[in-house]
Amino acid sequence: MKILYFAWLRLRIGIGEEDVVVPDTVVDVADLIKWLKTRGPGYAEALKDVSAIRVAVNQEFAEFETLIAQADEVALFPPMTGG
Amino acid sequence: MSVRVQPEWFDAGGELTAFLSKKFDSGGVAAFTGIVRDRDTVDPITAMTLEHYPGMTEEMLYRIEMEARTRWDLDDCLIIHRYGRLEPGEPIVIVLTACAHRKAAFEACEFLVDWLKTKAPFWKIEETVGGKTRWVEARVADADAAERWMDSQAKISPVD
Repeated sequence: MKILYFAWLRLRIGIGEEDVVVPDTVVDVADLIKWLKTRGPGYAEALKDVSAIRVAVNQEFAEFETLIAQADEVALFPPMTGG
Repeated sequence: MSVRVQPEWFDAGGELTAFLSKKFDSGGVAAFTGIVRDRDTVDPITAMTLEHYPGMTEEMLYRIEMEARTRWDLDDCLIIHRYGRLEPGEPIVIVLTACAHRKAAFEACEFLVDWLKTKAPFWKIEETVGGKTRWVEARVADADAAERWMDSQAKISPVD
């Protein structure tokens, strides 16, 4: 699964993107975040407040309940501030 | 109809002139240009860097434009949004809309700006004179401005 991080999530985790093999227990975005938090202190710190996190799956806005599979691209980022 | 996402500076006046030189039968063209401002007098900013999600950004701007076209009779429109490091005074975004009548041109332009602020994947980080950096937080007012268009799904301006 390709995972992308933007803005302060990218800085706290320390990378902008990575390819990971997720365990079978990861069925939706919430599961993915829960699993990512176990991968190190940077992840745990960046992902501790999920209310500050927005999600896109395959470049479409998604929810924490959105189902995901190994072939998907998942992006995690804070609320957007364009314009 | 055109969407451009680029790091390069653009000439807002030149873009408007080029837009106006196209052959379309519109009665009004509305223009909005967003500029980096040094708004914080306590700790003024020296620069702002915009990060975005390549691919999704262009797709979302395109869809926002399509949404505007379903709501107003747009003869033409242009959206340019920059990313990368920008200094105070530099243009960030320009939105131009051409419609038969002014009300539709104004409304479509405002709609596009409101929606791109909350629906296009951009993030801003500011650098201050003191050497600090801080991420710009999403404003509730921006979310509210975008949200109010949700209540008027089929809004079409009356002919004036």
